[in-house]
Amino acid sequence: MTAQASNNAPMVQFLTPEGEFSVSKGLEAYGKYLNALTEDDYLKFYRDMARMRRFDVEAHALQRQGQLGLWIPAIGQEAAQIGSGYGVGRNDHIFPTYREHGVAITHDVEMMSILKMLRGVNHGGWNPEETRFHLYAIVLGTQTVHATGYAMGVAFDGKVGTGNKDEDLAVITYVGDGATAEGEVSESLLFAATNNSPIVFFCQNNQWAISSPTESQTKVPLYLRGSGFGVPGIRIDGNDVLASYAVTAKHMDDAREGSGPFFIEALTYRIGAHTSSDDPTKYRDQEQVDYWTTRDPLARFEKFLRRQGVGDAYFAEVEQSGEDLATEIREATFALKEPPFENMFNHVYSEPHPRIDEQLEWLKRYEASFEEGN
Amino acid sequence: MSNIVELSIAKAIAAGLRKAMLENPKVLVFGQDVAQLGGVFRVTEGLHAEFGDKRIFNSPIAEAGIVGTSIGLAMRGYRPVAEIQFDGFIFPAFNQITTQLAKLQNRSEGFMNMPVVIRVPYGGGIGAVEHHSESPEAYFARTAGLRVITPSNPNDAYWMIQEAIASTDPVMFFEPKRRYWQKGPVNLDEPPQPTYQARVLREGTNLTLATYGPMTATALQAAEMAAEEGTSIEVIDLRSLSPIDFTTIINSVKKTGRLIVAHEDSLNISLSSEIAARVTEEAFYHLEAPVLRVGGFDVPYPAAKLEELFLPDADRILEAVDRLLAY
Repeated sequence: MTAQASNNAPMVQFLTPEGEFSVSKGLEAYGKYLNALTEDDYLKFYRDMARMRRFDVEAHALQRQGQLGLWIPAIGQEAAQIGSGYGVGRNDHIFPTYREHGVAITHDVEMMSILKMLRGVNHGGWNPEETRFHLYAIVLGTQTVHATGYAMGVAFDGKVGTGNKDEDLAVITYVGDGATAEGEVSESLLFAATNNSPIVFFCQNNQWAISSPTESQTKVPLYLRGSGFGVPGIRIDGNDVLASYAVTAKHMDDAREGSGPFFIEALTYRIGAHTSSDDPTKYRDQEQVDYWTTRDPLARFEKFLRRQGVGDAYFAEVEQSGEDLATEIREATFALKEPPFENMFNHVYSEPHPRIDEQLEWLKRYEASFEEGN
Repeated sequence: MSNIVELSIAKAIAAGLRKAMLENPKVLVFGQDVAQLGGVFRVTEGLHAEFGDKRIFNSPIAEAGIVGTSIGLAMRGYRPVAEIQFDGFIFPAFNQITTQLAKLQNRSEGFMNMPVVIRVPYGGGIGAVEHHSESPEAYFARTAGLRVITPSNPNDAYWMIQEAIASTDPVMFFEPKRRYWQKGPVNLDEPPQPTYQARVLREGTNLTLATYGPMTATALQAAEMAAEEGTSIEVIDLRSLSPIDFTTIINSVKKTGRLIVAHEDSLNISLSSEIAARVTEEAFYHLEAPVLRVGGFDVPYPAAKLEELFLPDADRILEAVDRLLAY
């Protein structure tokens, strides 16, 4: 049970695992964001968490059936992702790692874009300017420096602290507990601090970096990681969607207003494997998984909603729409076309490059030679 | 009447940077010690006084951070010109350059461009300590998605840095540091031929000598010495290492039938390896002899007291000329 040993640090929680809501003394600054939430917001949070979960289950099945090359499950991290995703403002930019399917959902990235990539049709391919959700970064920690550079640019543009909510923006970058060990994450914290950049580092501590527990990645709690760089931090209960939402929303507001960088550690748990290629039974006890399953973020929020008077009809409807989503993505995956071979040569450069052009022409002739031969 | 001034390579790069900064407010210059100091080679001297902190600033000593933030700034619409202080210090940024900068346009299926320039003083001959004299260009020239260029004279330095900044592709701009103070005419009005085209610097008939960057002056010296002995060498300055202008090289080889490729970098799996292979593939029947290569030995760059032996000089080139003509 080592992974729970580091859980003793104080953390922001608004919903207990039993779904009881309270705002502790000292957390009123976040409470303001919670007070502004409507019932529609609550229902949206739950619906998207459920969609994310159902999407994950279906994608896993598609991988097992050979329809995807790989699946990267995020089961257990729905509250951290949906909550923080909705805490991001409408002008803000998001730099994810490769597990942020839920954050993608909150920013209208087509779910099929993610499945296309994991099927091997392309390497990404959604428009980061339009969605403000940047491409998945597979080399750990690389995106945090891009996010920091982007945030530096936002400040150079004078889009911080003007008080004009239509203009100001901030950046959020996601990072896992394992990736915090990468030098680029430290460099990002340093550049963000020295430039007072409008950026929030949102670290989902799901307690496992493939087979390595958080203890092997850090000797101090991760929310303190930024302190030596001058980046303050806080730990939240990453399985509490309200904490994830309110804390993200507040610190994004602060960053947009010119407070500089901030680090949020969302303590959560990776219920599933690292990827579909992983076998967690080789390195962790079922007892630990069982413990965290009792802290399931969806179950917790459902209890809260039921306490609020939300009835069976809503949950049945959400379940049905999840089934519809599953059918939809299953059919869409089967319908995905193989990419044309030209794609590998496209956009390697934005200006003509003779080597690429020659090789594309050669491949065209080579492929055509088989057709002529028949 | 063209406006021609006499400048060193370093001052020509500075003048090119200044012009690009004046023309486009999105051009930012940064790196270690580039601001008030003007960089350890003083290449950016004067720019901070003119443009101020918002356009040219010092970065923390963290190369991955310098290149990574360049990428983010480019995504935000800036045109970053990042300086890596020395060739041997580029490796902490290798990941950002090869897995991110080079691949992002392709990964995004064209949704983003990557107009980032990385300036790298490179090459030896300055009597420096370890990691200050290397030629890492081949690592980048073989990386798809990057453009790699290197000027050998002040006029090219002035124009090529501006073209690098204007490019929507990432450009590695390798500066021949031991030639920084070599002077020459710079035509401020008329650009030379396109950046990605090689240039025949000296016409000749007996053999072709292709080179680039700091070795160009050495090659011209060797050609001069050979001419005194009646050997006519055609000298080509490649200027661009990715893409390589094979048309110019092969046209020359068709004329001379013989080719030597020279550079400071170690020979093993280098620019000259690729050029020899391609010329053999594409001009085999025009070759009178195998392609010969002159370069650094396949050892770590040696201590300063030995670098004269490591670096090819005109005599080393002439030794290869003799071998080539003996076929």
